[in-house]
Amino acid sequence: MGEIERTATSALEQQQRVWEYATAPEARDIVRLEDRYDLFVGGRFVEPRSGRYFETINPATEEPLAEVAEANEEDVDLAARTAREAWEERWRDLPGKERAKYLYRIARALQERSREFAVLETMNNGKPIKESRDVDVPLAAAHFFYYAGWADKLDYAFPGRAPRPLGVAAQITPWNFPLLMCAWKLAPALATGNTAILKPASTTPLTALLLAEVIEQAELPPGVVNVIPGPGGKTGGWLAAHPAIAKIAFTGSTDIGKVLRRNVAGTGKRLTLELGGKAANIVFEDAALDQAVEGIINGIFFNQGEVCCAGSRLFVQESVFEPLLDKLKARLDTLRVGDPLDKNTDVGAINSRDQLRKIEELVQSGLEEGAEMYQPDCDLPERGFWFRPTLFTNVSQSHRIAREEIFGPVLSILTFRTPQEAVEKANNTEYGLSAGIWTEKGSRILWMAERMKAGVVWANTFNRFDPTSPFGGYKESGFGREGGRHGLEPYLDLDGASAEGGDGA
Amino acid sequence: MSEGARVPVRRTAKLFIAGGFPRSESGRSYEVFSHDGRLLAWAARASRKDLRDAVRAARAAQPGWAGRTAYNRGQILYRVAELMEGRRAQFEAELADVGAADPRRGVEAAIDRWVWYAGWADKISQVLGGTNPVAGPYFNFTIPEPTGVVGIVAPQDQALLGLVSRVAPAIASGNTVVVIASERSPLPAVSLTEVLGTSDVPAGVVNLLTGYTRELVPWLAGHMDVNAIDVTGVPEDLLPQVEELAAENVKRVHRAPRVDPFSDEAQSPYEITALMEFKTVWHPMGA
Repeated sequence: MGEIERTATSALEQQQRVWEYATAPEARDIVRLEDRYDLFVGGRFVEPRSGRYFETINPATEEPLAEVAEANEEDVDLAARTAREAWEERWRDLPGKERAKYLYRIARALQERSREFAVLETMNNGKPIKESRDVDVPLAAAHFFYYAGWADKLDYAFPGRAPRPLGVAAQITPWNFPLLMCAWKLAPALATGNTAILKPASTTPLTALLLAEVIEQAELPPGVVNVIPGPGGKTGGWLAAHPAIAKIAFTGSTDIGKVLRRNVAGTGKRLTLELGGKAANIVFEDAALDQAVEGIINGIFFNQGEVCCAGSRLFVQESVFEPLLDKLKARLDTLRVGDPLDKNTDVGAINSRDQLRKIEELVQSGLEEGAEMYQPDCDLPERGFWFRPTLFTNVSQSHRIAREEIFGPVLSILTFRTPQEAVEKANNTEYGLSAGIWTEKGSRILWMAERMKAGVVWANTFNRFDPTSPFGGYKESGFGREGGRHGLEPYLDLDGASAEGGDGA
Repeated sequence: MSEGARVPVRRTAKLFIAGGFPRSESGRSYEVFSHDGRLLAWAARASRKDLRDAVRAARAAQPGWAGRTAYNRGQILYRVAELMEGRRAQFEAELADVGAADPRRGVEAAIDRWVWYAGWADKISQVLGGTNPVAGPYFNFTIPEPTGVVGIVAPQDQALLGLVSRVAPAIASGNTVVVIASERSPLPAVSLTEVLGTSDVPAGVVNLLTGYTRELVPWLAGHMDVNAIDVTGVPEDLLPQVEELAAENVKRVHRAPRVDPFSDEAQSPYEITALMEFKTVWHPMGA
């Protein structure tokens, strides 16, 4: 064996040693799971009139975590009437500065119990603990803190108007960021003087119920926040249809969003929809490639790609396609897939068996339509729902994997030659939630940003979220904005159209 | 020995400079009386040297404070409210000593004012900054930034609410301040510094001097490393001199609106921007 060959081998060995990690599991004992969770209605936990409970599991192990009450039509009706009464009698006329203090309390409690929320979120959702710990929970607390500050400043948000709350808001949240989406929904609704009924996703109800406990401990007036888990189609449907509801905020799939839009038609209910996406992440030849690689990886593998704004379509300028692909594959090989409670894990479990099947089906279509697949050779746990980080090259714009939202760790890579071509390809989708631009040229960032039909454009970064920053889609990715000053508007009557509006001051 | 015979421990009222509590370097103090003539304490009578030390501390702390995220500054201001709430009894007793009509209301309003301005920290640029649609291929935006070191002459009456109403908007945006406390009623201000010293407010962000207003104000107004001065507590006859002194380095001169300090009109985002600079950025757009 020659000297050079030996050196190469030892370098490889060294590299493998570098990437071997001892397990570093986060302790679970901070979470005290109940056997059974009831509905949270009228300021306390109550048994469901349905008499029914459903099981919620840990998707990384398939072990049952708890039984959760399922709200039927009668439960929905009780929650709606309770929330309406709370609005009329205990909330709409409360001065903004006092509403603010309740929201500050919730923010502080989330901060104080942050590790508990993070561990529970990871157990119920499957996302890596480093994400629930560093992203989901701190952002959720920050949302409450931010909107708390708005509660007594609404006149400044809408000069020349006298903003008034709408009434009861029905808030239907998805399973990908279970707690954070509750915060995105509840914080602006409460700050603007509405009461709320939260319907968390059926596979991930536990942090919403722990949040209900926090709300109880924060001593919010009874009925201001109600939490009623149940299947989206049934419980969510009854909730949206209830006459006591003035506003519906939904985050979820475009299909369900369209159903809701149809069902609400003619009722005069206010609606905001945050739906699917198929974001273009566009890399120009002058981009800082190593930085771009990190952004691409984060863009599609953050939260296993179960992100509506995931950068699932990568557009690479032809001249840098090969070096970028090599770097991406090398980076993919280093991703650690496995136990979400391990602090080193990069990619956790897929949230449910149904979602895993959907990903598998779309990946199969990619192979059948002629795209080339690359996956790292990593071990997957035996139990639970897992999918390897996946790249597709040789993808055509007409392929299903370039058109449909996969909601999984699957990246489709396409190429372009000119900025104009990048714009046309990026906008060639019915979605319009987010986009990414990678270039060292500032004027090009702004030129591209102006042309992207997307509600959020990230330049030389991706998947950044902040309570002060509005988020939401163009086209079939939905309408309305969450976050920032703009996130107040969907919960307010600014033109006196709502005869029932209370005093928003 | 019976309970009643215990001799209470008295507090020394000190200055607050760079996060520490020094006496005046001059070794001077002055007597502070209650509204009914009881001797309450000796307060430090700050010197010109103390004032310059305070400005230096404020200048040193300013970039770091402005560099915090707005969210972080907001949380810290809120933390001040949290800790004041825990010391309500002390503040109420001090306001009663100076003859406040309703000490409890004064303390509650002061706490709520911290909370109100805490909420503005991460909203002021959204409400009062913005993008400008210039007629050309440029992205153009305007953002408010803190002006730097602000001198504050706190009002003589409303020893707590008046003081908080001046300090909170000044520091919410990232300014650091040198405050001259009410000469007649400095003790609530001294207690506030003890709260600030334990509220995660970085050392040097707020510096507070007690002493003779007429002696300190011209030194503050003439200091070349102070960017703005809030003259709310400056005696009327001294105001022309202060404005003249401020001209030397073009200090911004601001005073509180003359309204009931308890009213909503007494708090405003314009109290924050009065001590800010607006910066406009141009950037070309093009492929």
